[in-house]
Amino acid sequence: MNTFPVAASHITRAFGDFKALDDVSVTINAGEFFSLLGPSGCGKTTLLRIIAGFDYPDSGSLTFDGKDILDLPPEKRHVNTIFQTYALFPHLSVYDNIAFALKLKKRSKEEIDEKVWRFVRMVQLEDHVFKKPSQLSGGQKQRVAIARALINEPNVLLLDEPLSALDAKLRQNLLVELDKIHDQVGITFIYVTHDQSEALSVSDHIAVMNKGKVLQIGTPYEIYEAPATEFVAKFIGETNYYPATVVSFESYKDEYLVKALVPELGGEVLVTDFEPQEPGKEVAYTVRPEKVHIATELHTKADRLINSYSGVVEEPVYSGFQSKYFVKLDNGSTVKVLKQHENYMDDGPDIEWKDHVYVSWSAEDGFLIKEMGQ
Amino acid sequence: MKWRPSELRVRKLGMIYSYPMGVWLLVFFVIPLAIIFLYSFLTRDIYGTVKYPFTLSAYQAMFSKSYGVVLFRTIWITVLSTVLCLLLSLPAGYAMARSKNQTFLLFLVMVPFWTNSIIRIFAWITLLSSEGILSHMLQGLGLLDQGMDLMYNNGAVVLVLVYMYIPYSILPLFTTIDKFDFSLLDAARDLGATKFQAIVKVLLPNIKSGISTALIFTAIPIFGAYTVPQLVGGKESTMLGNIIVEQVQKARNLPLASAFSVVLCLASTFGVLWMLKDAGSSKTKSSLSQQAKVEANVKLSHQGDSNERA
Repeated sequence: MNTFPVAASHITRAFGDFKALDDVSVTINAGEFFSLLGPSGCGKTTLLRIIAGFDYPDSGSLTFDGKDILDLPPEKRHVNTIFQTYALFPHLSVYDNIAFALKLKKRSKEEIDEKVWRFVRMVQLEDHVFKKPSQLSGGQKQRVAIARALINEPNVLLLDEPLSALDAKLRQNLLVELDKIHDQVGITFIYVTHDQSEALSVSDHIAVMNKGKVLQIGTPYEIYEAPATEFVAKFIGETNYYPATVVSFESYKDEYLVKALVPELGGEVLVTDFEPQEPGKEVAYTVRPEKVHIATELHTKADRLINSYSGVVEEPVYSGFQSKYFVKLDNGSTVKVLKQHENYMDDGPDIEWKDHVYVSWSAEDGFLIKEMGQ
Repeated sequence: MKWRPSELRVRKLGMIYSYPMGVWLLVFFVIPLAIIFLYSFLTRDIYGTVKYPFTLSAYQAMFSKSYGVVLFRTIWITVLSTVLCLLLSLPAGYAMARSKNQTFLLFLVMVPFWTNSIIRIFAWITLLSSEGILSHMLQGLGLLDQGMDLMYNNGAVVLVLVYMYIPYSILPLFTTIDKFDFSLLDAARDLGATKFQAIVKVLLPNIKSGISTALIFTAIPIFGAYTVPQLVGGKESTMLGNIIVEQVQKARNLPLASAFSVVLCLASTFGVLWMLKDAGSSKTKSSLSQQAKVEANVKLSHQGDSNERA
């Protein structure tokens, strides 16, 4: 199938006083799985509706393959949408739902029949072809929506929180299936979601949005490991987040080693960064809970690059394959720690409530966030 | 142990709840209807009441040319007014369902019910008569001759009938359109339908029940209307309802009036049944050929990717 890059630049859309989109620019490469990620009300669905043609921006431009398409009505854009509530036509059978676009195009009966069955087999709904949507389960409805959108051979497929109405297990399966279909058809997928784990697991690139603005665009790895702003760091996964001030920096390997004052940790920490940081700059220091080592004894490799603190386990939360500990440091601050459970021999002694522990992490595991407040 | 009402008990109680309504309908609806049915087979006596023996003469009397003309007129006025009601209330119901001021708009639709229908018809008379505002305006524009009425013709009858019964058409349409999922229209556009195609292929089939209700609620009262043709119609506007009233009040021919009522009643009933049957038959039936297609394609996909599925 043919596909093309989608570029939105400087798009602004306001509903009364509420700015749903505030100068938003994203470029989506041809054939990639691109996610728009953010909490509800961040503007991600508005952006999708503008791309689909259901909404019109107050200013800005939107191009498909370099051509401005803002004035095309939805039925003339080579884009199809999978709606959050599926939006299957309740008066039509599964077959007629899938055939809807082809019937509008006045294709021959044989061609419609052949194509509908091909897509029905692709989404494995052979046994349900002549049922009405009301007779299907949530997952089956979702498959009908996928087949109905793809049979139109769109150049771009838009997905508006397509899995949010399904239960957790089914969601995982369908996500893998969507990824498989993406590889199969090779067209651009633009996926709107508020679920960061969904976005991280299937996307080529993610745009994190909040309050009508795009805060960061990057690969899942970049978004998770190097969040650009306070919001991105807190929204994606969990993190320990402390305000800090840059004290000094020095060269270290091909990066820089920054010394920062973190009052909540009771002193200075060392952290690596790609760029030299100006002393006196207000930043935030963050470290992911799974990068914190927790043990009843001090880390043996302790050197100047390891930040170590002692404290007491306030609350252990056991969840099978891992445990989460809230450790109260001696100075009163709290550090969240995630510990992956291993086999019995490697796991070490159990850490329990009120145990005295040492938490430690290396300078490479910390990260400085330079943009605060958003 | 938890107390659970047995299904039987629930059903029995449900029946009991409906008894007061049943008694009401029996006394004030079924029995009068039975009396009318009975009267239509009796003979009129000179005092304006009825007497035996049983006869079909009332029904035979209906087959005269003058009554045939009235019947034909009643049908076309009913069809025209009902269709006009539907065409006007579809966009109105749609606009109401999409509006943020639903309560206020509903209130506006209900307001006319606060005034007696006869008074509202008289209001139309003041508008349409030769001395009325509308006539004056049209005369001023030179569109109407001096002293001419807009009233006493079939056009006025249709106009006032549409006015009287349009709320009964708007309300059921509004409630069904309000329940309609408007994202379906987006979906239709997304799949290549124009605005008009989306309305015809997706909106209308999904609000079928509202359309039939609206048709029934308007067609039946219009079919039996008598005050409107009486007050704003002319000599050539008599409808079946007027004939019944005339036979009861002036000619004192109760059997003939009853016979007309029975015909009116049966015609309405068959109309409703026909519409309900039409609404019910849209269910898909799994035919043999469909079954064969399913099996053939299940086989096909098993051959294709049996290892992938495992």
